[in-house]
Amino acid sequence: MISRHTSQRVAKGLIWAAAFSTLAVMIWILLQVLIEGLPLLSLNFFLDAPRQMGRTGGIFSTIVGTLALTAVAIVIATPLGVGTAVYLREYTREGRVSRVIRFGTDCLAGVPSIIFGLFGFVFFVILLRMGWSILSGGLTLATMILPTIICTAEEAIMAIPYSYREVSFALGGTRWQTVARVILPNAIPGIFTGVLLGVGRSVGETAAIILTAGSSLLMPTSLFSPTRTMSVHFYILAREGISMEKAYATGAALILLILAINTLANWLLWRYVRKVGG
Amino acid sequence: MSKEKIFEKGFFLVAFSSISILALIAFFIFEEGVPLIWKVGARSFLLGERWFPSQGSFGIFPMIVGSFWVTVGALIVGVPLGVACAVFLCELTPPSVSIVLRPTIQLLAAIPSVIYGFWGLIVLVPLIRNALGGPGLSVLAGSLVLGIMILPTIISISEDSLRALPRTFKEGALSLGATHWQTIWRVLLPASRSGIVASVILGMGRAIGETMAMIMILGNAVQMPGSILDSTRTLTTNIGIEMGYATGDHRQALFATGVVLFFITMGLNTLALFISGRRRT
Repeated sequence: MISRHTSQRVAKGLIWAAAFSTLAVMIWILLQVLIEGLPLLSLNFFLDAPRQMGRTGGIFSTIVGTLALTAVAIVIATPLGVGTAVYLREYTREGRVSRVIRFGTDCLAGVPSIIFGLFGFVFFVILLRMGWSILSGGLTLATMILPTIICTAEEAIMAIPYSYREVSFALGGTRWQTVARVILPNAIPGIFTGVLLGVGRSVGETAAIILTAGSSLLMPTSLFSPTRTMSVHFYILAREGISMEKAYATGAALILLILAINTLANWLLWRYVRKVGG
Repeated sequence: MSKEKIFEKGFFLVAFSSISILALIAFFIFEEGVPLIWKVGARSFLLGERWFPSQGSFGIFPMIVGSFWVTVGALIVGVPLGVACAVFLCELTPPSVSIVLRPTIQLLAAIPSVIYGFWGLIVLVPLIRNALGGPGLSVLAGSLVLGIMILPTIISISEDSLRALPRTFKEGALSLGATHWQTIWRVLLPASRSGIVASVILGMGRAIGETMAMIMILGNAVQMPGSILDSTRTLTTNIGIEMGYATGDHRQALFATGVVLFFITMGLNTLALFISGRRRT
């Protein structure tokens, strides 16, 4: 019979192997794109308009499209998400109402992005007559990132010591004054982390955006212009085999953007944890 | 009405935004999709094997089977790897190492799905085609990529449930003379079973819902996959591919596919919430 110490050694060895292969695959995925793509990046690539369906030229209009869609999504989703979190934590107790709200949020988080795309298409694009546009795409994205923002904002609010509220109430502060002057200012780093996570998801989304914002390579001129984001551009270049070279370059730019957003979010979180913990 | 009351009512209304959006999504997907299911008949829509929209035959059974196999494959890849990583983070590394590893795993969640699809397309697909034969664009390639994509979900929720266990569980087992591994295998993992099962179900939901990466690597043939080297099409990719040009009944059939997908993912989500017994964070 195998001794229990031998089986421990084998099991731990397997777990180490699993952890390192996960890490290795991740690095492989990133390097595969970065090694081919990074040398192709240049200032011109970022600032030139795409020409011939993206076969030549740069990705400027897709960068503008990505920023515009993300901005619309954040502007709409942040107040709704933070408001929900404030209501759940400061205005109500755990009960039937909060259970319904939480259930809705959890379920919304599990809805596949293609379903958001279908919804955005019938609701924003057709019914509300916004057409394929930055506005339709941004609103659809806002509905997608809402659960993330609610969850992180709620955690940020929960992390504020109860004594802060007691002090505010003891000084005669009303509930709204407490929320506006004590709770929200202290929760801002946490809320910002959630917003950055939402930005990351918006930048990486493809399925819902193709159905609601279209895939036009023209420079958008207003909120009602159709547009194409970097992710969508990358997808179309790679899938339709338009230009592998441009696909690599766009993919590398996309990864750099995601890395930057994630690093910023983690740095903020780390600073915040240190401040609260210390 | 006083300012306080106005703000309270305002927050109350805002708080219902997520559940209202969910209701709107359900309403519009159903409104577009359900009439077609009635017209074709639920039975022949769900169990029909012929999908020829131009001839008016809408059977999504091959796509249901495709989604099923790709998801099962993803779980075979993702669950052992994910749970092992969670154990690694909680039990085998000092906190200083897991502080570095955790953001790395978060990054895995933040990489856009099209990047995974691209990697599958240029790395896995040729590899499978050369080593095992077949078109390469296959259930196997899809399962491997999805298995990696669901890792962050499985790792983070499993890790949370392992960390939520009282210290005394571990101390008790160790003081009875169990080895560290015996403690993990016989005490810690069974005790956090509900969280781990919930993480697997949520990972399953993510796998079933993935679209773009799957369009890139599954090959998209409407057929019952006979082996893991065959090309297939899932419910999501069916919508993603054809939505661009579908009109009339065809478009409604895609919304009807969405209805099926919506039911599956809502069911999985509710099940996960029920099993974990508390809200995931």
